[in-house]
Amino acid sequence: MIDSPTLPQGASNVTSSPSPLAGLRQRLSGRWLFATLLLAGGAVLSLLVLAPLYSLLSKSVENKDGDFVGLANFAHYLSSGGIESAFVNSLWVAALSTVIVVFLAFMAAWALTRTRLPLTGWVRGVLVLPILAPSLLPAISLVYLFGNQGVLKSWLFGAEIYGPIGIIMGSCFWTFPHALMILLTAMDNADGRHYEAATALKASPWRTFWTVTVPGARYGLVSAAFVVFTLVITDFGVPKVIGGQFDVLATDIYKQVIGQQRFEMGAVVSVLLLLPAMLAFVADRYVQRKQSASFTARSVPYKPSHNRRRDAFGALMLAPTVVFILTIIGMAVYASFVTFWPYNLELSLNNYQFGRMDGGGWGAYLNSLQMALGTMVLGTALVFFNAWLVERTPQPKLLTGVFQMLSLLPLAVPGLVLGLSYIFFFNHPDNPLNVIYGSLLILVLCTVSHFYAVSHLTAITALKQLDQEFEAVGESLKASRWRVLFTVTLPLCLPAILDVALYLFVNAMTTVSAVVFLYGHDTQLASVAVLAMDEAGDIAPAAAMAILITLTCAGAKLIQSGLRLWVDRSTRAWRQGAE
Amino acid sequence: MKHLKKALAVATCALAMNASAETELTVYTAVEAEDLRKYAERFNEDHPDIKINWVRDSTGVVTARLLAEKENPRADVVWGLAGTSLLLLKNEGMLQPYAPEGLNQLSPKFRDRDETPSWVGMDAWMAAICVNTIEAENNDLPMPTSWQDLTNPVYQGHVVMPNPNSSGTGFLDVSAWLQMMGEDEGWSFMDGLHQNISRYTHSGSKPCKMAASGETAIGVSFAFRGARLKEQGAPLELVFPEEGLGWEVEATAIVKGTDKRDAAQTLVDWSVSRKAMEMYNEGYAIVGMPGVAQPIEYFPANADDLIIDNDFAWAAGNREAILAEWARRYDGKSEAK
Repeated sequence: MIDSPTLPQGASNVTSSPSPLAGLRQRLSGRWLFATLLLAGGAVLSLLVLAPLYSLLSKSVENKDGDFVGLANFAHYLSSGGIESAFVNSLWVAALSTVIVVFLAFMAAWALTRTRLPLTGWVRGVLVLPILAPSLLPAISLVYLFGNQGVLKSWLFGAEIYGPIGIIMGSCFWTFPHALMILLTAMDNADGRHYEAATALKASPWRTFWTVTVPGARYGLVSAAFVVFTLVITDFGVPKVIGGQFDVLATDIYKQVIGQQRFEMGAVVSVLLLLPAMLAFVADRYVQRKQSASFTARSVPYKPSHNRRRDAFGALMLAPTVVFILTIIGMAVYASFVTFWPYNLELSLNNYQFGRMDGGGWGAYLNSLQMALGTMVLGTALVFFNAWLVERTPQPKLLTGVFQMLSLLPLAVPGLVLGLSYIFFFNHPDNPLNVIYGSLLILVLCTVSHFYAVSHLTAITALKQLDQEFEAVGESLKASRWRVLFTVTLPLCLPAILDVALYLFVNAMTTVSAVVFLYGHDTQLASVAVLAMDEAGDIAPAAAMAILITLTCAGAKLIQSGLRLWVDRSTRAWRQGAE
Repeated sequence: MKHLKKALAVATCALAMNASAETELTVYTAVEAEDLRKYAERFNEDHPDIKINWVRDSTGVVTARLLAEKENPRADVVWGLAGTSLLLLKNEGMLQPYAPEGLNQLSPKFRDRDETPSWVGMDAWMAAICVNTIEAENNDLPMPTSWQDLTNPVYQGHVVMPNPNSSGTGFLDVSAWLQMMGEDEGWSFMDGLHQNISRYTHSGSKPCKMAASGETAIGVSFAFRGARLKEQGAPLELVFPEEGLGWEVEATAIVKGTDKRDAAQTLVDWSVSRKAMEMYNEGYAIVGMPGVAQPIEYFPANADDLIIDNDFAWAAGNREAILAEWARRYDGKSEAK
């Protein structure tokens, strides 16, 4: 399979090699090496995702004692009645959230990359805020804003926040940055020549938008929709806290596993949840096949012209999202200072004394920090290297297909399921890896797998936008793919790499659902402490800890933005050289 | 400077403790985080040579985790988990039976019925209704005194309770109603209650927290959380219905396969000692050793008379059927038909 004859021409022009050095180079750039490397990457992912998942999902065809029972559990679950409504609820809530989020994120990405609006750096900062915050934070805010005692309760015209409205608002809030990140990556490197051509042809802005901008971002749009849909349909955090009794599939897993300790039924629901996600995956692959590079070796970076009306429209498109996000975060900041909502609104700093706090305090915070840094370094390296192998080296089609599937699989797995799977797999007495159970390392590995998919998509999107000619030119100059990787591809992709690093860091800081099963007595995490405090009714200290996490993530974001600016400056000369 | 001194003192203490700690026990628990430090400190007063490493989470998560770790248990002792959960673990063969010193002083309700018990009780964790006095006044709601009162149409849309399919507290209520009223009357009571429920939550403490923050007027929850929220300044009134209260025992057990049997047994011995019982009594009105409990603030003085004669075996045996029936009747799922 490795030496499949269907491979692209690739290294064919280096057939004869007189010196041993050239021979080595030829072998290093040979396709078998890349295929082996990708196989290795696939093996690592299988170990981190597939094997643990199998150890849990296989329970869906077993009874409590571990005997094979075929599809009896599925039959039992489906016959318990009402499953249709949970399924339909899940579908329409996820679909509506997807439409809203993708529309808003696309318009935001458009306004940020195709207009000359000022302060876009700050706006970008505000727009990623939701991803920097633990999921409990919007839940607290939404209740304080629209709940029974909420300051904006009248805005719902008598409807209740507890139910589909709350789920959709909460889901839109936390998934928005995911979609924005993919769309920005898809739209950041626009080819100015297309816009010049449109202007020369006297196309209206409207027509240019539909014939140049939208098609150029098509792959990003589909990926964003796929990601948001899957995230919403598998998330149980928001529906659990604010969904009231509105039934969705994801909360059913919680009921089965946490409420009744019926792992086999939890596995059944998880398998059912994989179905819509798989459909979305197939659709994604279909569109991706038609995508070709938009930023070629001959491209000219796009610079928007002066156009007041267009800029005003962009501002209009950004405003609702910015206001919504700032309101939610602002309310949470306020909540963290309040003594006892809503009956004692005196403000104080007491809630920020984490040293006195139970459930971890500063120690948990430091653990979280270490875990997030580990996830960032390990995850970014793994994600980017694998994505490069898939996208920029000759690979058998079958291998890339399988790998792509593997890397997107974690997206369709609720964190709770992933966490439990890790116990079953990594704690098994026959598994030599069981020494890492309970350590910080397993938290890192679990978090890398948990957030692998979106990181992978971002890396792939960035790599796809580079013309394949870069490698072809490299070949003709006798530069190996490795050299092209380090001298061209990596520098050009640095912004996306920084994005992936930040994404992994902040998610590791805020994640709860999987790690709650895996932390040990000396590896408690701040995000879990937030949940514990809220559970104990200490809403204000929970909000305070959540704000501290958010600030840390915002700090990371600032550092990342600084680095990005520096990277943009240092590669600008290169880009201008391309003109 | 003052902080620095404090930090130094703490560090020295920690070092000193480490130096003398010969055994470290991994203890899984669902006890409230705010109590953990106290529990370990009191225990270390008598046994400074055993260090407790806590792993704490909510009852459902800890139970799921213990069960998932069955092939290769990581916990040495479980100190402070619901009796129902321990029964599950016992049925899976995961607990090491042990008769601690002073076992005969425990009330029979507070121990596993086997001769050498698999678990021994600490305290009881009982149902209560949290009523927000401000919201009750705003909505002209009379103060309920019994479960039956909650079916009065005046409360329509003002009551929140935990979903028994997600929460142990919810199941404790449902099972108590069925035991007190009998099956037929119990279900018809819940039919009436269902008319007044504004929503079912996934967590047992949530209804009381919602009452505390005015999100609902009445939350069916448990007493401990209500008392703590009252301490924090919530305008709550705790109601203990006269018909009787569902309750659940919080208990201790040794995990089978631990290589620290001696230390584990020392901990279990201590967990049923008089000193431990007095400590539990600081947060709970009913403890496992009769005659120890003193009345505590916000709890009824006659708590012992209020709790029902809970038949845990019946509840465990019928749990699946009860939950299925409950889901059929009241879950959002079945409503949509």
